[in-house]
Amino acid sequence: MEDRTKIKIKDLNLSIGKQKILKDINLEIPEKKITVILGPSGCGKTTLLKSLNRLTDLYPDMRVSGNIMIDNVDILHTNEDITLLRQKMGLLSQRPYPLPMNIYNNVAFGLRISGRKKKRYLDKRVEHYLKMANLWDEVKDRLKDPASALSIGQQQRLCLARGLAVDPDIILADEPTSALDPISSEAIEKKFVELKQQYTIVMVTHVLRQARRIADYVVFMYLGEIIEQGTASEVFDNPKQDMTKQYLKGSFN
Amino acid sequence: MIIGLVIVILLPFILGIGLYIKSILLLEDQSLFQLLFSGDWRPLSGKFGFLPFIISSVWVTTIALMIAGPICLLTAVHLTQYAKPWVLKLMQPVIDILAGIPSVIFGVWGILVIVPFISDYLAPFLGKQTSGYSIIAGAIVLAVMVIPFILNILIEVFKTLPDELKEASLSLGATKWQTIKLVLLRKAFPGVISAFGLGVSRAFGETIAVLMVVGNVASIPKGLFQPGYPLPALIANNYGEMLSIPLYDSALMLAALVLFVVVMLFNMGSRFAISRLEEKV
Ligand SMILES: Nc1ncnc2c1ncn2[C@@H]1O[C@H](COP(=O)(O)OP(=O)(O)O)[C@@H](O)[C@H]1O
Ligand SMILES: [Mg+2]
Repeated sequence: MEDRTKIKIKDLNLSIGKQKILKDINLEIPEKKITVILGPSGCGKTTLLKSLNRLTDLYPDMRVSGNIMIDNVDILHTNEDITLLRQKMGLLSQRPYPLPMNIYNNVAFGLRISGRKKKRYLDKRVEHYLKMANLWDEVKDRLKDPASALSIGQQQRLCLARGLAVDPDIILADEPTSALDPISSEAIEKKFVELKQQYTIVMVTHVLRQARRIADYVVFMYLGEIIEQGTASEVFDNPKQDMTKQYLKGSFN
Repeated sequence: MIIGLVIVILLPFILGIGLYIKSILLLEDQSLFQLLFSGDWRPLSGKFGFLPFIISSVWVTTIALMIAGPICLLTAVHLTQYAKPWVLKLMQPVIDILAGIPSVIFGVWGILVIVPFISDYLAPFLGKQTSGYSIIAGAIVLAVMVIPFILNILIEVFKTLPDELKEASLSLGATKWQTIKLVLLRKAFPGVISAFGLGVSRAFGETIAVLMVVGNVASIPKGLFQPGYPLPALIANNYGEMLSIPLYDSALMLAALVLFVVVMLFNMGSRFAISRLEEKV
């Protein structure tokens, strides 16, 4: 790959009890591109994404081995503060989970957590990131409303704003449009294409057409293994593995 | 089946109406306001002031909740957020067993342990004198009884919180404790309030265990170390015995009605709040 590598995964294995969930994952994720992870459900896409953010720590019976290098720091074996490490990545999940507080505080949450509490500063940042997520115009008059009062599509954009507010380098998105209507989905998609100027984006999706529209790099997974990876044109137009060919023809799912 | 269903649904109304009809006799004689807010309890002279019993009930229940509430909250947070999964698995049957112990056993334990502890250690330590049979004894026994009950609900409440919410907070750089304090507890708040409300409705009506340790003196308690006389104890102690006194049975029915209404209100309010929580999650 000619692009600079942002995340480099080496021999990542992950299991819960006797069940192996990720097997010998080796993967390089380029900086400031959109890398799309494809694969039938249950193949470990979400788990892979979570391990990038060390959310695997939450599950005491999960065993992880291998290396995940982000900016040449091995996040699985680092002494660095995990909370700082996690702030390098914004996370969007399959359904939006707004924090149980108002719209403003959802965006300010990460900033306050890291000690930035001045109101004028927060006001500016909140506005900035809500604008970045294309949500500002819709919510500027009701910042004090509970986030749960927003529509699902708006909530997902709020989650994006909230994630961007901690100033990450990387955006991890797990099927971020799967709960959204077509219009909201398109809005998020367009946003991602814009955001890749500044951010490294890793997105899981099961919508092939979406992947074709926005992917620079594609990773195809099956049963916990990476079957094929490469640039979008390599994988979509010229897949090497039979499994990938079948998947692209739509014979899975 | 339909008939069974209808009976079950109508049961609370039948009970409530029955109690109301039985208490009408007293209500025609004296105003409800006067009955509820007078401390004068002299059935032989036709004085039925319920205030001593109401205040005793409120004291015992409130203090029991003040003891049980924080213990349950901390334990539920620990078990669901910090403890290894097997600890929770082990604790759940233990809690269920505790919840299933007949209340008379808690009463006996109260007499053997709590009452002497209060009269010999706690009260002298605070410079008070008491036989031990007191509001505080009732409250402690009651607290121990409702802990498994409230704890069970709280564990359920915390288990229904979505993992993704926790992950969202952590991914924004929050520590585990910040996540619990700022996100999970806030999200669980309606559930916590409901659990406490259900605890209150359970504690308010608890009879035997409290009756055995609370002293049963029909005057307004002036302190925690004084004896009290909660509503359920009044009914249980006197029904069937004092009924030769005019209006006495009607008065006990009114006491039962008050108890019934309070318990129903707390119960329904809490269930409503829980159902709202589940909708939101
Ligand atoms: N916390 C967990 N405990 C047990 N099994 C899990 C857990 N998380 C994921 N799995 C299992 O790991 C496999 C991969 O899941 P996941 O990463 O969610 O797949 P995908 O996102 O591709 O649908 C599935 O078989 C799933 O059942
Ligand atoms: Mg998934």
